[in-house]
Amino acid sequence: MTELPQVFWLFSIGAILLLITGFYCLIMTYNLVRALIGLEILTKSVTLFIILVGYVTERVALAQALAITLIIIEVVVIAVAVGIVLCVYKNIKSIDGRLLRNIKG
Amino acid sequence: MTINIILGVSLVLAAAWTVMTARLLRSVIGLALTSMILTIIMFKLNSPLAAVFELSVCAGLISAIFISCISLTQRLTDEQAAAKQKERFSKFWLLPVILVLAGVALYQVHIPLDFHLQAAPSESDVRNIIWNLRHLDMIGQIVILLAGAFGVVALFKD
Repeated sequence: MTELPQVFWLFSIGAILLLITGFYCLIMTYNLVRALIGLEILTKSVTLFIILVGYVTERVALAQALAITLIIIEVVVIAVAVGIVLCVYKNIKSIDGRLLRNIKG
Repeated sequence: MTINIILGVSLVLAAAWTVMTARLLRSVIGLALTSMILTIIMFKLNSPLAAVFELSVCAGLISAIFISCISLTQRLTDEQAAAKQKERFSKFWLLPVILVLAGVALYQVHIPLDFHLQAAPSESDVRNIIWNLRHLDMIGQIVILLAGAFGVVALFKD
């Protein structure tokens, strides 16, 4: 194997393992903040994939532009989601997602 | 190559620690650590601008948002934290096993990758890409940022 496919495959494995970690966190946790942390890990995996593909196809500039867009979207999603978590905490004094199952209307 | 292996392994280890630790604050620190390692990888992959964004926004701003959220919620007592740690261990003991097995299995696989594609000549300056070729993305980003700001204001208005 030459250097480029080796680098691609190595960091691809890292990104796939990050994806597994993020999904595992999202599936197993009921804590809303921790679920957001799982979402963050998933996004990091996607960012790494984008940068990696840009590197091996020699389109680093385009990949960087897409990664920056992804980072902006990520921070807005997290800010709004944290706001929602704080509103939930204000109302039910807990950040456990199981307590939200009885919400009606 | 060795440094790449060290970076990849430490990235996965930091993410696993982030998910498995009981205290939320330690989780956030682990997330910032994961971001920092990802930043180094991005620098190594010739993407310094995205790396700087990742470092300042993901390791900095998002950690600050999470820490302020955690500080506004109630802190766990030591007994609760110990109980949570046991509960987390029973839930998350499978994760390191899955990660090790998947990592070893994927490392053994040798997919024949061929990157000698004749790519069309592309713009190499990221500023030109952002401001000229992908300017719709910029408008989208501005709209998303405004939507986020209005969303937060709407959530916290009395």
